[in-house]
Amino acid sequence: MKILVAVKRVVDHNVRIRVRSDSSGVETDNVRMSMNPFDKHAVEAAVQLAEAGKADEIVIVSIGPKQANDVILTALAMGAHRGVLIETNERVETLAVAKLLKAVADEEKPDLILLGKQAVDDDSNHVGQMLAGLLGWPQATFASEIKAGEGGLEVTREVDYGRATIALPLPAIVTADLRLNTPRNAALPMVMKARQKPLAVRPVAEFGIDISPRLVIDKVSPPAERPGGRQVADTAELAAFIAGEVKELEAL
Amino acid sequence: MATLVLADHDLGQLAPATARVVAAGLQLGAPVDVLVAGDDVDKVATAAAALEGMARVRVARSAALATPSAEAISALLLKLAPEYGAIVAGSAAVGRDVIPRLAAGLDLMPVTDIVAIHAANRFDRPIYAGNAIETVVSNQTQQVLTIRASAFRPVGQGGSAPVEQVDAGGIAAVTRLLAAHRTESDVPDLATAQIVVGGGVSVGSAEGFKLIERLAHRLGAAVGATRAAVDAGYAPNDWQVGQTGKIIAPDVYIAVGISGALQHLAGIQGAKKIVAINTDPEAPLVKIADVALIGDLFAVVPELIEELARLGIGGQAQG
Ligand SMILES: Cc1cc2nc3c(=O)[nH]c(=O)nc-3n(C[C@H](O)[C@H](O)[C@H](O)COP(=O)(O)OP(=O)(O)OC[C@H]3O[C@@H](n4cnc5c(N)ncnc54)[C@H](O)[C@@H]3O)c2cc1C
Ligand SMILES: Cc1cc2nc3c(=O)[nH]c(=O)nc-3n(C[C@H](O)[C@H](O)[C@H](O)COP(=O)(O)OP(=O)(O)OC[C@H]3O[C@@H](n4cnc5c(N)ncnc54)[C@H](O)[C@@H]3O)c2cc1C
Repeated sequence: MKILVAVKRVVDHNVRIRVRSDSSGVETDNVRMSMNPFDKHAVEAAVQLAEAGKADEIVIVSIGPKQANDVILTALAMGAHRGVLIETNERVETLAVAKLLKAVADEEKPDLILLGKQAVDDDSNHVGQMLAGLLGWPQATFASEIKAGEGGLEVTREVDYGRATIALPLPAIVTADLRLNTPRNAALPMVMKARQKPLAVRPVAEFGIDISPRLVIDKVSPPAERPGGRQVADTAELAAFIAGEVKELEAL
Repeated sequence: MATLVLADHDLGQLAPATARVVAAGLQLGAPVDVLVAGDDVDKVATAAAALEGMARVRVARSAALATPSAEAISALLLKLAPEYGAIVAGSAAVGRDVIPRLAAGLDLMPVTDIVAIHAANRFDRPIYAGNAIETVVSNQTQQVLTIRASAFRPVGQGGSAPVEQVDAGGIAAVTRLLAAHRTESDVPDLATAQIVVGGGVSVGSAEGFKLIERLAHRLGAAVGATRAAVDAGYAPNDWQVGQTGKIIAPDVYIAVGISGALQHLAGIQGAKKIVAINTDPEAPLVKIADVALIGDLFAVVPELIEELARLGIGGQAQG
């Protein structure tokens, strides 16, 4: 089985972000960037399938600026075989990301495409589903367990009522949730070896896909501030406060 | 052109969130139809028809729709799409799964997780775990949207919309449900509850979470948990609140032994009042709480349950 994994370079999830004062967006200059956390789980799932003898090649693809090479290298150090960077400095919407990934899938013909369920910057939670729609493949989103069988997968998904296990034929799309596995930290020798692995950098124009945005971002604003409250001295005072709130709700 | 709202339902019950998604759909200013897709869904259709303000309920019945799958529902919506100016779902599991797939099929950019509607083409959506709000304008020919239900007030239940059948022929299920692992619990729906009691990893065990549940019972509240508590196996995954769990907007959120990591805060920004019980006065959740008690949860919570009982709160509950 051949696996394609899409990884995105995002503002590190530990960074407390700041909205620019001119409302044009979030400040991303000079902040720490790293691989989207969900995508690490997607890469780890691919590597585990390879280690179990179920996959023989893992190709990593990222769309973004030159620096996105770093996240591809992280994935190669975790055990993937080669990388493709589709280079652009433009804002690429999820529909365009999905179209570019479809173009790569048409070339590479993978049996399985793994993605993160969402990217922690835009929190869109679109790309896997859109790619599945464009390819006409079945999808298993929000995966917390993947079992590979003959010609198909059994995937456990995190849904509103708990978990649901579904069977789907290959080729298929799976998007990773955080409980899928524990991503490894690549040891130094693996990091060194990653630099030897093939990494193709291809300008976005090569794909002939219109990536001009469909949505206009009018402004980006900070959320409403929550003014801090007060501390109460004991449980009786806390109970009185909560009881007051409950009675107010009942009166409505 | 009219708006189509996809009803959310499970085990023959209309999800309470749908009344909120309909309210958001009405804000787009066009007549609203509700689509009920499933197999055995008469009760759901009846409940949907009672929602106020709608033009009609359309029911698509097919064995292929017996369990919700993105492939089957988006194929159905693709057939109906030419009749509508906007297609809207809640941003719960089914809507998140279906709407982007549908949008790609229509060659459109979806706008998802909408928390405010300024005009039929201008929306607010949170990004970066709610640490920024993006206002987007979509000048596309059609809108494909998901709504964060907790951000909208539900419509009333006094309606009587006509119920019509839709042809669901030719819709095939590609995936097959093998097993559903449901969390057995009699607490209210987390996504729409008025009061939520949340527990963190410091609750220490699944046994410890019984204490959180007892407090919730006393208050008629739903139970939430942090990712750390879910990962530790103390609480089921569908209780997780936050950026990657459920987004809630209760009138009162009571956070017990929760630090207030930004990914958790992302899920509770819509809460009207926040109460924190924590040993650490410096915890971020204590800083943003309306009312905080500094103390050990294992001492505070049992006392609190007793005090509430004394104050006549939740008489019939098994607190
Ligand atoms: C330099 C630069 C500046 C940008 N500025 C903005 C901006 O100001 N505002 C804005 O809205 N958008 C901006 N974007 C675009 C944005 O970052 C996203 O690429 C796009 O909106 C996708 O949304 P998402 O990441 O939330 O997708 P999701 O659907 O949440 O992502 C799900 C999964 O899809 C895959 N995926 C997503 N994107 C990529 C990718 N690029 N490469 C490989 N795999 C991917 C990953 O596996 C990810 O886990 C910018 C992009 C670049 C390169
Ligand atoms: C990509 C990503 C997504 C995530 N998504 C989510 C999400 O959706 N939801 C979520 O919740 N988290 C999420 N997280 C995890 C999040 O970052 C935190 O790790 C988590 O919320 C912490 O949970 P906690 O408050 O239970 O634990 P801790 O941060 O360990 O806090 C425990 C708190 O309990 C207090 N305490 C200890 N003992 C007692 C006692 N006896 N009595 C009272 N108080 C006590 C401590 O003072 C402390 O404040 C995500 C993380 C990542 C990286």
